[in-house]
Amino acid sequence: MKILVAVKQVAALDEDFEIREDGRDVNEDFLIRDLNEWDDFSLEEAVKIKEGSTQPVEVVAVTIAPESADEALRKCLAKGADRALRVWDEEAQDSDPIAIARILAAVAKAESADMVFAGVQSSDHAFASTGIATAAFLGWPHAAVVSSLSYAPGAGSAVFRRELEGGLLHEVEIQCPAVLTIQLGINTPRYASLRSIKQAAAKPIEVKSLAELSLAASDVGSAGSHSRVRRMYIPEKGRAQLIEGDAAQQAKRLAEIIREFKGDAP
Amino acid sequence: MSGVLVIAEQRRGELRPVSLELVSAAQSLRRDGDSVAVAVLSAAPASLTAPLKVAGVDELITVKVAAPEFDPDTFESAVGALIGARQPDVVLVAHSVDSFGYAAALAAKLGLGFATDVFKVQRQDGELVATRGGYGQKVNVEVDFPGRRTVLLAIRANVYKPPELPGAPQVVEFAAPGVTSRSSGRDFIELSSNDDVDMTQAEFILTIGRGIGEEAKVAQFKELADAIGATLGCSRPIADAGWLPKSRQVGQSGKTASACKLYIAMGVSGAIQHLAGMKHVATVVAVNTDAEASIFGVAKYGIVGDIFEIAEELRQCF
Repeated sequence: MKILVAVKQVAALDEDFEIREDGRDVNEDFLIRDLNEWDDFSLEEAVKIKEGSTQPVEVVAVTIAPESADEALRKCLAKGADRALRVWDEEAQDSDPIAIARILAAVAKAESADMVFAGVQSSDHAFASTGIATAAFLGWPHAAVVSSLSYAPGAGSAVFRRELEGGLLHEVEIQCPAVLTIQLGINTPRYASLRSIKQAAAKPIEVKSLAELSLAASDVGSAGSHSRVRRMYIPEKGRAQLIEGDAAQQAKRLAEIIREFKGDAP
Repeated sequence: MSGVLVIAEQRRGELRPVSLELVSAAQSLRRDGDSVAVAVLSAAPASLTAPLKVAGVDELITVKVAAPEFDPDTFESAVGALIGARQPDVVLVAHSVDSFGYAAALAAKLGLGFATDVFKVQRQDGELVATRGGYGQKVNVEVDFPGRRTVLLAIRANVYKPPELPGAPQVVEFAAPGVTSRSSGRDFIELSSNDDVDMTQAEFILTIGRGIGEEAKVAQFKELADAIGATLGCSRPIADAGWLPKSRQVGQSGKTASACKLYIAMGVSGAIQHLAGMKHVATVVAVNTDAEASIFGVAKYGIVGDIFEIAEELRQCF
């Protein structure tokens, strides 16, 4: 029994950043990278299922990225993943979420995974698409924004709640194998202990090429993508009127705003 | 047909308001001779057509499906069949929890151009261009769809204004193919707690976010909220950590601050999901150490500073 957890090393912007010369992305010197917040929860969900199971469960973390993403995979290993797998080729550059999903589906097949978890979305580009597109390529049942899950490894179905807008939940039963996208708050992700971080550093990260997954260059990158970035730019933003001064002065002005709202005389 | 196909969204027998916003988004893509068709998928679609009879809708397509509520297999099959039959240039859905569940799969299967969380659509020199956010909404990203005959776009809610004028679209039925769904919906569960607060009714809200750092600090802000007469709210991480009940969470998956007139956000960075619940408030005051935090983009007043210092000083004023 194997659960594949798709993860991504996301990028946040440094305080000052520059758009790349071709105008289609941010200059990568200004990117701060980390494991996607959602993926922390989907990994934890898989590890929890493994720990609560009487039969053997293998948790495999996978990412589609160059070597720089090994750091994110090490984090997954330190938090309980049994194996870490990275797929990359230069041709995969400029892949959109659907092209990435095509690769993930090939990995799920090659690994004979029984279940695939992915984060609802990534914190950087927030397409909320990769997991569900992966399900399409696998032909598997799928569900998005899962905020609680009841699943016994190997069972033919799972019951979950998806979190709708406005705090409403919808309970659903789904046939397995399935792809589920996992929402923040479904569990409390563990911290990696120093010992497990050390152990993770010694574990191998398996690297696969597209050819090993029987994928062609035309399946990935811009050829395999369903959208293309034309331009990236810094938007003109509405800016708050800043309240200046020291903390006491700022608080005094804020108190005035509150009193004005309440109709109290200052 | 060329033109635009809009997929309306319903839940528990009611049309979701974003459906009408999609009709407005469709107008910005209409070329000479194009039509805008709106499809309603439901077990009882006829009951949902009335609010969709608005200006800008040429045709209303009722699609009767077996599933009473959203179901991925049902929607993929029915919307896929509609696209096959109608051959629209553009298909618009809401960027919502329901579309998260099927839109990407449909785009992958049918080879559609695809982008989500789109807040602007237009044609530039005949090419469809969609604009969305990137890197936590700090940049705008324009995407296009070379070589794609049909493009599926998930449109962000609360961006396009719903049409105001009534219309008289032609209503037609579309027979959806039969489908054996691999999941089945059970019950809806309302968010509830022992906390009797109703964030949707509060006129003055003090919200705390990740910036408070630890649970022990919550009490201080609760006391401050009481002292200044505000209802204490929070952003998602605080509720997920269990530091405040879920009923106090403001944002897309929490509550909308519908009645709020003054909103003070302390240590809230301003994720798009949080902004969805409060950016409409007339007076937003943001307090944050990070001068670049997104929350300052929707705030009327901003204080760049330490929330604990400001909180202590503010407490002294009351």
